[in-house]
Amino acid sequence: MKLLWFHLMPHTRLPEDFVEKHASVWVDIDPDLLDPAFAHELYHEFMDELEHAAELGFHGICVNEHHQNGYGLMPSPNLIASALARRTQDAALVVMGNSLALYNPPTRVAEEFAMLDCISGGRLVAGFPVGTPMDTCYAYGQNPSQLRERYHEAHDLIVRAWQAPEAFAWNGRYNKLRYVNPWPRPIQKPHPPIWIPGGGSVETWKWCVEADYVYANLSYYGHKLAAETLHGYWQEVERQGREPNPYRAGFLQFLGVAESREEAIELYREPAEYFYGRCLHVHPRWAMPPGYATEATQRSRIESQVAKVANANTDARRQAARKPSMEEIVERGYVMVGGPDEVAEKLRAVATELNVGHLMLLMQFGNMDRHLTRYNTELFAERVLPQVADLFDDRWEDKWWPRPLAPEERAAPRAISG
Amino acid sequence: MVAPTAGSRRARGAPGDFRVSAPETRSLELPGGHRAQVWEKGNGPTLGFLGGLVGLPRWPDLLERLAARHRVVAPALPGSFGAESFRQLDDLADWVSATLDLLDAADLVGVDLVGASLGATLAAEVAAFSPASVERLVLISPFGLFDPEEPVADPWAVRKNEWNALVSSEPDNLEAFLSRPEGVDEVEWEVQRTRCQEASARLLWPTGDLGIAKRLHRIRAATLLVWGEADQLLPQAYADRFARGIAGETAIRRIAGAGHTAELDRPQQVAQAIADFLG
Repeated sequence: MKLLWFHLMPHTRLPEDFVEKHASVWVDIDPDLLDPAFAHELYHEFMDELEHAAELGFHGICVNEHHQNGYGLMPSPNLIASALARRTQDAALVVMGNSLALYNPPTRVAEEFAMLDCISGGRLVAGFPVGTPMDTCYAYGQNPSQLRERYHEAHDLIVRAWQAPEAFAWNGRYNKLRYVNPWPRPIQKPHPPIWIPGGGSVETWKWCVEADYVYANLSYYGHKLAAETLHGYWQEVERQGREPNPYRAGFLQFLGVAESREEAIELYREPAEYFYGRCLHVHPRWAMPPGYATEATQRSRIESQVAKVANANTDARRQAARKPSMEEIVERGYVMVGGPDEVAEKLRAVATELNVGHLMLLMQFGNMDRHLTRYNTELFAERVLPQVADLFDDRWEDKWWPRPLAPEERAAPRAISG
Repeated sequence: MVAPTAGSRRARGAPGDFRVSAPETRSLELPGGHRAQVWEKGNGPTLGFLGGLVGLPRWPDLLERLAARHRVVAPALPGSFGAESFRQLDDLADWVSATLDLLDAADLVGVDLVGASLGATLAAEVAAFSPASVERLVLISPFGLFDPEEPVADPWAVRKNEWNALVSSEPDNLEAFLSRPEGVDEVEWEVQRTRCQEASARLLWPTGDLGIAKRLHRIRAATLLVWGEADQLLPQAYADRFARGIAGETAIRRIAGAGHTAELDRPQQVAQAIADFLG
């Protein structure tokens, strides 16, 4: 099993009365709430943490893209990944990812991801999310009725651009380019592994399986809710006659480890209650621009089993909006807590049950400070990771993992003088 | 499209003996294999009607009133009730072209044309790009302009349960207008309602200007601008901007108590304004 350390980069000083005094953490969040000088500190702290996780032996480090968002200070994950590429050696750089329809022309993604792959010596995982309504339709003004068409066209363009043996003309519906020729091409051939972050959309499952990409279920509501979503995905894998290789899937889990469960609950109470009580305060008016959900998804939400997942997610959001206590957060499985052995046992059980080979762990969340984040990360690396890393490896090969240059072929930062 | 129930709805301010009765419907064949339903009722000079953000899920009071003196022909715009296809339309040129196709197919070229909201936006664009296609114009709250000092409100950044009250001064009437007719599948009706909104958004998102300020001088048709005084989406000053820019003779009628959906909120007053203008 691959263990990945994921950072959302949340603002850690949202005021205590944020929910009462402010309309939304996303889209129209009050700019006065974040002093750019404090953002300077945060970026360095957060990049230190990602680099530390890589040093400690996590298989990959993950960043993602959000816009105008108080719990995700990474409008450009590529900028962060670029800095991480210089200061890490072996860890996969998992950019989860670039919302393809937001880049004009989308060859920008082909270029920047190729640069990242070259700088890192072939360690990039290319994440291609559609993007949330808040990020795409509101912050970036994308037309919800065209978002998915633009996304799919951008995907086709990027994947072809990475592999094309020469410059080509692209006469797409939304992009007209006479000379497509990203320079350089990525190190990884035919292209870096592609992972698709998704929710409970039937079409996304279908597409991921057809294209042979990793489906990564990124929800803030933990393994209990993920079970149903991933069950739907694995049914689709079976339906298309593909092998149930757990490395076809990824899944995100908040996690806090301590010497004991009781200690973990007390240690991680404040950052967890901060995250679920303040960071998810998104105004519902940003929820559903017409056309964002396809008609097939609308129908299945109303009619089918997927409705349960969607409703459960909505319920979870509603419950979260009521500022859940740590006890509720733990009971619902949003944050997994425990002593090292207990956490290892739970992770093995959850990964086996969900059949997930790429486990993305959020170990800094909410307003967790650098000391607690370090403690959480180090304790996990030392006493949990060795107990779980071997899972699946006797049976399955990870065909969706980066294939970097051999260590002796890789360049590293070198001082010019001294 | 769903046949309305005779006398099922009574307009606010309607005379007591006023009753809505069913018009005829037929299906138009359009280029590209698309189809659109068209409503038709009444005798007299032909009057075209293009519906608004909510489409024409049933025959509205306004058209019943207009049908007393006109042959009213109301084809469904792309994505609206009775015209499923709209995702082939990518930009304004596609929408104008599709509207011209629709007017051709409904035999509405060169007649007086009334449009509401999205329909008014397209009627104005058709009149600018193809002046010979319309005789006189009635534009009820058209989109197309944007003034950053006095911006258009965002119709798609409200909670679902607040939408009716944003676009209409009579949100309960609007809900009744949009309610599922008996015998129609519940899921499909919901999907159709959302489709209608998506189609509007496909053209108007994110409600910036459509560039019509650069084309208003091409509109030579005599034009009546109708604006609900309680329109929360489009500021009142936009009526004056349209009137100033249009080359043809213009008049403005502001409808007291009406929201953006003036034709649904105050059908009697809007019908009177149209009758006064068309003579």
